[in-house]
Amino acid sequence: MYNPQLNQQGELIHLLTTEGLPKRILNQVLDRAAEFVAQGADGNKKFGHLAGRSVFNLFFENSTRTRTTFEIAAKRLSADVINLNIQASSTAKGETLLDTIHNLEAMGADLFVVRHAQSGAAHLIAEHVQPGIAVVNAGDGRHAHPTQALLDMYTIRHYKGDFTNLRVAIVGDILHSRVARSQIHALTTLGCPEVRVIGPKTLLPTGIESLGVHVHHDMREGLKDVDVVAMLRLQNERMSGAYLPSTQEFFKYYGLTPEKLALAKPDAIVMHPGPMNRGVEIDSAVADGERAVILPQVTFGIAVRMAVMNIVAENQARRGN
Amino acid sequence: MAIKNIAILNGRLVDPLAGTDRQADLFLAEGRIVGVGQAPADFVAEDTIDATGLVVCPGLVDLAARLREPGFEYKATLPTEMAAAVAGGVTSIVCPPDTDPPLDEPGLVTMLRQRAKAHDLARLYPVGALTVGLKGREITEMAQLREAGCVAFSQGDVPIADLQVLYRAMQYAATFGFSLRLRPEEASLVNDGVAHDGEYASRLGLTGIPVVAETIAIAQIVQLMRATGCSVHLARLSSGEGVAMVRAAKRDGLPLTCDVDINHIHLADVDIGYFNSQYRFDPPLRSGRDRDAIVAGLVDGTIDLICSDHSPVDDDGKLVPFAEAERGATGLELLLPLTLAWAERAGVALPQALAKVTCVPATFLGFQAGLSVGHRADLTVFDPAATWRVTPDALKSQGKNTPFLGHELKGRVRHTLVKGKRVFDA
Repeated sequence: MYNPQLNQQGELIHLLTTEGLPKRILNQVLDRAAEFVAQGADGNKKFGHLAGRSVFNLFFENSTRTRTTFEIAAKRLSADVINLNIQASSTAKGETLLDTIHNLEAMGADLFVVRHAQSGAAHLIAEHVQPGIAVVNAGDGRHAHPTQALLDMYTIRHYKGDFTNLRVAIVGDILHSRVARSQIHALTTLGCPEVRVIGPKTLLPTGIESLGVHVHHDMREGLKDVDVVAMLRLQNERMSGAYLPSTQEFFKYYGLTPEKLALAKPDAIVMHPGPMNRGVEIDSAVADGERAVILPQVTFGIAVRMAVMNIVAENQARRGN
Repeated sequence: MAIKNIAILNGRLVDPLAGTDRQADLFLAEGRIVGVGQAPADFVAEDTIDATGLVVCPGLVDLAARLREPGFEYKATLPTEMAAAVAGGVTSIVCPPDTDPPLDEPGLVTMLRQRAKAHDLARLYPVGALTVGLKGREITEMAQLREAGCVAFSQGDVPIADLQVLYRAMQYAATFGFSLRLRPEEASLVNDGVAHDGEYASRLGLTGIPVVAETIAIAQIVQLMRATGCSVHLARLSSGEGVAMVRAAKRDGLPLTCDVDINHIHLADVDIGYFNSQYRFDPPLRSGRDRDAIVAGLVDGTIDLICSDHSPVDDDGKLVPFAEAERGATGLELLLPLTLAWAERAGVALPQALAKVTCVPATFLGFQAGLSVGHRADLTVFDPAATWRVTPDALKSQGKNTPFLGHELKGRVRHTLVKGKRVFDA
């Protein structure tokens, strides 16, 4: 099937989703990120890969952390970075998404980092940008958040070495989570033999089994003997109403506490994409405990985003020649 | 303008009303069929159509086509859509009341019909609004709307949230023997959904519309029909379970009929691919199993007829993220070829297939669409073997958007006649 992320040579020219990306490309990103981490450890923080290029951070939806890490990553690659907080400006004036994109193209953009509340927004943009311009999805609706998933894969590989003998549990609001979907596709492609999702039925998408995961509703069952626990953020607007009765009840049944974590393997790691809701999906004792790798995730995130931008820009430039 | 005597020679006459398919000549005068096989004694042809190798059938009757007038003229206008209709072989169009303003007053209906007469191509049959402003609160002056020319009453795509109002509307309609066209959908279960609630929407992260949104509405309507005796036509079924419920209600003898649109016969949710907004429909495209059940329902007669659900949408309505895209597609010019494609795949003979778009919908408008002496000279002459590619340029409708853009379809209209006059020649 046609894959809009790859050129005819099978190289990555946009990063829109982890679904359908071959293992060699996922590994290419992880390996490139590892090089940046290693060079960073040698005290080298600035690289020239994107010198003279313009990276536009287009955030149609609020974000501090993701936008900041993309900004840092682009600056470390020597790009000119322009941050646009769009929900405050043009769409409110009635400009369409593609009008905005075409205007920014006219300003000389080379790479768009896009976050949008609608699933598929990054695909739409990638389909309509001029040749040579790369699109990196920084989160579209409930659909995908590929750089988050890749930094999670980096983190898992860093601590566990390999994916082919791991059990991974993804816990919480799977229904509304673009992170969970992107993690699932990346994990199954990288050869993880058992991916579990744990949550109440109101927060699990219909037919999620078709993505190759095992569904659990009971934390005690789902966490048993896992190597990795990937927690998800529970959005404020889901905390009441018909999805869940209360944060207290959610925490009691699906919050990660030291007692529940004890069911996982003794060396299991705990990840979270942030920002965390302490006492809602995760107990502070776990979040601050020695199994948590939440802060290293953030650090690796910069290297992974550098790797992604470096690779797509490189492949776009080569295509232009 | 005087109506010429026309002879259509050497055509393959497919008469869905009689269930026949044979080679014969057809003779028209005064807007009626006056001879089949043999001309009446005193007949002098003033015009002839050579229909060698072509099918001659009653003109198509489309029970759901939005012409966008009044109110949405930037999307389409009566002249463009009338031209599209006759180019597609559609001679009678039923238009839903969801215009701006909605067709909730007799004056508006009269105005629309006047304007349609000025563009005298296809016949126009308006459906009146069931509630004032389609707001679902107060019922309209149905009897007076009927006098103004409304053939039925509907809410368009706006469901009635208050069952008390629907109950009263059905009682009132039943008083006069009016039929309601209702789209079975429970709005609270649709919520902000945009695609069939299934594996594919889960994968794409699109908010789902569960099948129960349709089946619960059908269950409510069926119970209200039992209570009120009102006859109802369900517009555009989308699910296999919905088809099964209609089958059961018909078996119980309820005056229930239903249709499906051309898109839902051929497409399923997986066709959305990478968020292709051409596939944004209300109701949503459901699973392949649902589509197969719809096809089976058409074949066994549970689904009475096929409509185009013609909805011209401009590019601005489609070049946006999937969930923000406008629903619907152009359809008047695709009704015939997509019906033929269904028939070919399902192994349905031409008279039975064309019945779904000619004589069956015609009964809802109170006339017979056949090829016998005395029937209306509303006719479509088409080449069943000619293929054509669906492109914006090939479409007369102002709406150029459809999932079938780029597809090669079989069945090309050569001549369309309305009231005995040639209104389209290719």
